[in-house]
This record gives sequence, structure tokens and C-alpha cells, in this order.
Amino acid sequence: MKSRIILFVLAFLAWCFLNWVPDWQHLTTGFFVAFFVALITGDLFVTRPLLLKHPYRWWCFIVCYLPRFLWECIKANIDVAYRVAHPKLPINPGIVKVKTSLKTDTGLTFLANSITLTPGTMSVDIDRDNGVLYIHWINVKDKETEAATKIIVERFEKILAKIFE
Amino acid sequence: MIDIIGLIFICIGLAFDFFGCLGLVRLPDVYNRLQAATKSVTLGTCSILFGTFLVVGFTAAGLKSLMCIVFLLLTAPVAAHAVARGAHRAGVKLAKESIVDRYAEDKEGEI
Repeated sequence: MKSRIILFVLAFLAWCFLNWVPDWQHLTTGFFVAFFVALITGDLFVTRPLLLKHPYRWWCFIVCYLPRFLWECIKANIDVAYRVAHPKLPINPGIVKVKTSLKTDTGLTFLANSITLTPGTMSVDIDRDNGVLYIHWINVKDKETEAATKIIVERFEKILAKIFE
Repeated sequence: MIDIIGLIFICIGLAFDFFGCLGLVRLPDVYNRLQAATKSVTLGTCSILFGTFLVVGFTAAGLKSLMCIVFLLLTAPVAAHAVARGAHRAGVKLAKESIVDRYAEDKEGEI
């Protein structure tokens, strides 16, 4: 029930943003649409509503995660631009295996997405049972699992563990 | 003043988008191309949208571009992951410069 209410609020907000400036006809239609969406897909989207209640997790998300993520994202773009514009195309690609200790769905999704948008790495597959991610790396610095884990995953893992575990 | 900042954001976004497209042409295989496409095109397009928001302000178009940034940041990496996984499972080989492929080693015998 709680997850349905959260989903209803999110859907209604999205509707309001998409139909700016709000007037009462838009709001009434949006109310029914959001109610319908929340009724059908209730438990699929928000599986652990309790997480949203901790102010500490929000604080971590906004203060630790977002600036870190944006900074890595900008670095990644400059890295790609350098590699692509260089006449010799300095790449050294390969798929490596890294380990993670995150267990929850949201945590793993955010970890994989963050890895994809950070310099030189892109997640190819996840094996949830063993906690293994396969990462395509445009410039392989180390083939071994432990060393690669240290370089790729540890940038985000501690912050995400604080937020989502 | 804020118009000029918005235009600077749009120009930066266009430059990154250009490098992303250049990467699509120059890099050798699916996976490397996906890297260039996702990273540059995500941040480049987000930058263009944010510049648009700064120029037009809190109007209908501005708020929609802010929503687009959120959706783009959430969906682009997922799409790249799906394409890369599908390509590997369908047997697309890595470029010949590649030095290691742990995924193929682990998945041997499956499928």
C-alpha cells in the first residue's frame, strides 16, 4: 500500500511537470491517470518504501553521490574525446570481471549505471548469485579480478552501500 | 547574462555530441562504439537540455527539458547494457586489439 502511494505521488508529479502550467482540468485528468498507474503497477516499482524515510540516506545521495557521479561523468567525456580525437586511437580494450558486495536490486542497478557512465568502463552483465559484474574496459590496466575491482568498483561501492543497503 | 551561460552549455553539449559521433565512426567494434555513444551522447545531450532550460526558464519547455535529463540519465546506461549483453550473447566478437575476455571464458559451455 505504501509503495502504491509513493508511486502515485511520483506519477502525479511527472504528469504536472509534463503539463505545465497546471489548471484544474489537467490536474483532474492527472489524478485519475496517476491513480490508474499506481493501481496496476503498484508493487513493481518501489519495493522497499521504508528506505525513503531515512534523511541520512537522502543526505548521502545528494551530498556524496551526486557530485561524485557528475565529476566522474565529466572526466569520462573528456577521456572519450581524447581517445577519439587522437590520431593513433590509443585503446586497449577487453572484458574484465569484478566482484561487488552489494546485494539489493536498486544498489546493483545504480552501481552498474554509474560504472557505465564513468571513465572507460561499461557494464556488460551481472551475475547476482556470485556478486560478479563483467565490465568492458576501453583501456585495461589490470586483468586480475582483485586489482580491477579496486580500480573500478571501489569509487562507488562504499557510498552506494551507505545509501541502499 | 543567463542567456549567455545557457548558450555556453549548449555549445559544450554540441562539442561532446560531436566527439561521441566521431567515436561511433572511428572505434573498431560494438562495445567500444557503445562506450563512446553512451558517455558522450548522454552528457552532451543533458548539457544541451540544461542550456535550453537556462535560456527559456521555468516555462513548459524548460520543465520538460529538466524531466528529459532525469529520464536520459536513468535509461541510457540501461540501454547500453542491454545492447552490449545482447551482442555478446549473439556471438559478436571483440575487436582484434582486445587483450582479455573474461565473460567468454566464464560463459563457455552455457547457452
